[in-house]
Amino acid sequence: MTTVDLQNVSRWYGNVVAVNDISMSLAPGVTGLLGPNGAGKTTVLHMMAGFLAPSRGEVTIDGTPTWRNPAVYRQLGLVAEREAVHGFLTAREFIMASAKMQKLPDPKAATDWALEMVEMAAAADRRIETYSKGMRQRTRVAAALVHNPQVLLLDEPFNGMDPRQRMHMMALLHDLGDRGHTILFSSHILEEVEQVSGTVQVIVAGRLAASGDYRRIRRLMTNRPHVFAVQSSDDRRLAVALIAEKSVSGVEIDGTGMTVRASDYGSFTRALPRIALDSGIRLRKLIPSDESLESVFSYLLEA
Amino acid sequence: MSTVAWITARGLFGRRRALLLLPLPLLLVGLATLCRAYDVRPSDWGSPVIVGLGLAVVLPVVSLIVGTGVLGSEIDDGTIVHILTKPLPRRDIILAKLGVAVVVSALTSAVPLFIAGLLAESARTGAALAVAATVGALAYSALFLLLSLLTRRPVLLGLVYILVWEGLLGQFVSGTRVLSIQQYVITLADKISPTGLLESKVSLTVSIVMGAIFVVGCGLASIDRLRSFSMAGETS
Repeated sequence: MTTVDLQNVSRWYGNVVAVNDISMSLAPGVTGLLGPNGAGKTTVLHMMAGFLAPSRGEVTIDGTPTWRNPAVYRQLGLVAEREAVHGFLTAREFIMASAKMQKLPDPKAATDWALEMVEMAAAADRRIETYSKGMRQRTRVAAALVHNPQVLLLDEPFNGMDPRQRMHMMALLHDLGDRGHTILFSSHILEEVEQVSGTVQVIVAGRLAASGDYRRIRRLMTNRPHVFAVQSSDDRRLAVALIAEKSVSGVEIDGTGMTVRASDYGSFTRALPRIALDSGIRLRKLIPSDESLESVFSYLLEA
Repeated sequence: MSTVAWITARGLFGRRRALLLLPLPLLLVGLATLCRAYDVRPSDWGSPVIVGLGLAVVLPVVSLIVGTGVLGSEIDDGTIVHILTKPLPRRDIILAKLGVAVVVSALTSAVPLFIAGLLAESARTGAALAVAATVGALAYSALFLLLSLLTRRPVLLGLVYILVWEGLLGQFVSGTRVLSIQQYVITLADKISPTGLLESKVSLTVSIVMGAIFVVGCGLASIDRLRSFSMAGETS
């Protein structure tokens, strides 16, 4: 089990503070690094990958510092945001070079495996400069994966991919996470993060704004009412009963059902079945409607 | 050949920049051949062509194109990350790149200098020039490789060294010759095969010691700089 740790890490450029006192620990599984453009995501990734020295604090992989320590690349793969590939090589040559530089016992087999993983076997013998952006991206991912690293860091990995390639990449990351790899990918597109990972590290203006499962993060935001979409056999009577409940701060009825605002998530979800049962009302739908990553993210940005 | 050296060589010859290597050596051989064909006395053309063009321009400029091409181009386009994200000692990466730079620069400048020396005097003079040029290619390559890691404008700084330090100051300020690779090469060639075409201005000891300091010093500094290679975030 490999963990990546940041302990009170800051990074500044002259007077500009890019990353401010961030501590986080990445465990096996897929984690999304989320934040608006310019928040400091790439700086954090580069420090994790040993390509930037923290101005303060320490970045380690299994206790070993990443800065000025090439040995970490035995267990770490990086797909940087900048599209940098040797266009004069074929994908097979490019990935094989990675395998050889990793000193793998069977570079050819590892290359074939990596090409299969990203579905690039068919085009593997064409020069990379003839590829589309998505194909280049997949080639870079294959080169980063060829030594089967425990930790994989990806900076905006879905850039330039078409929807099918995107789905495939998401499935690949899921699969690697399930198999115990520690995957961190950055993105400023909420839907991407939501589809790939429940666990997020949210960075806003260089600070870690939230960390963990985003649904749990939402539930901890007790200063914001939780919004539920409810449908029942008698919405109007249920609304009257609910408004008497202490944990309910508002009820709205519309044509499709009602929207309930609850100030306390736990009390409301315990009270609702009891109230429905006591009133003889059948519940048909109960959906937390502001637990999407988008609402969590916007609440964090507003905070 | 190591994988790093293989990628470096492919990259070097895969870029149009490699074509820049051809004209200067061809000009050197062409001028020497013309002078010989028209029976111009070697004492009249030998020094301007061999020293003025061969050692003052062809050798350093070829070394500059190659020396900055083996690493600087990869840093510019970001492909260096592909190599740096491998568990390779940074010393091995620098040695591989320096090796490619020296072999290509030496072949591109030593061969035409050998031909020019042969046409001007003798095979012995040509061989002396070729050996000295190879040593010079090593020192220049180490210097220009380091410049690639120190600045975003290695070619410009390299040209300042060649044209201003060696070319201009070397003519008028004798003290600057102690730090001139061109002077080490002239001395070395002159000591291997004494000839009236070359005029040593620094001692052999200074040439050997300072040449070694250039190579070892620049090599070690390059390894240290590569260990601390930083990537700036483009959207961070």
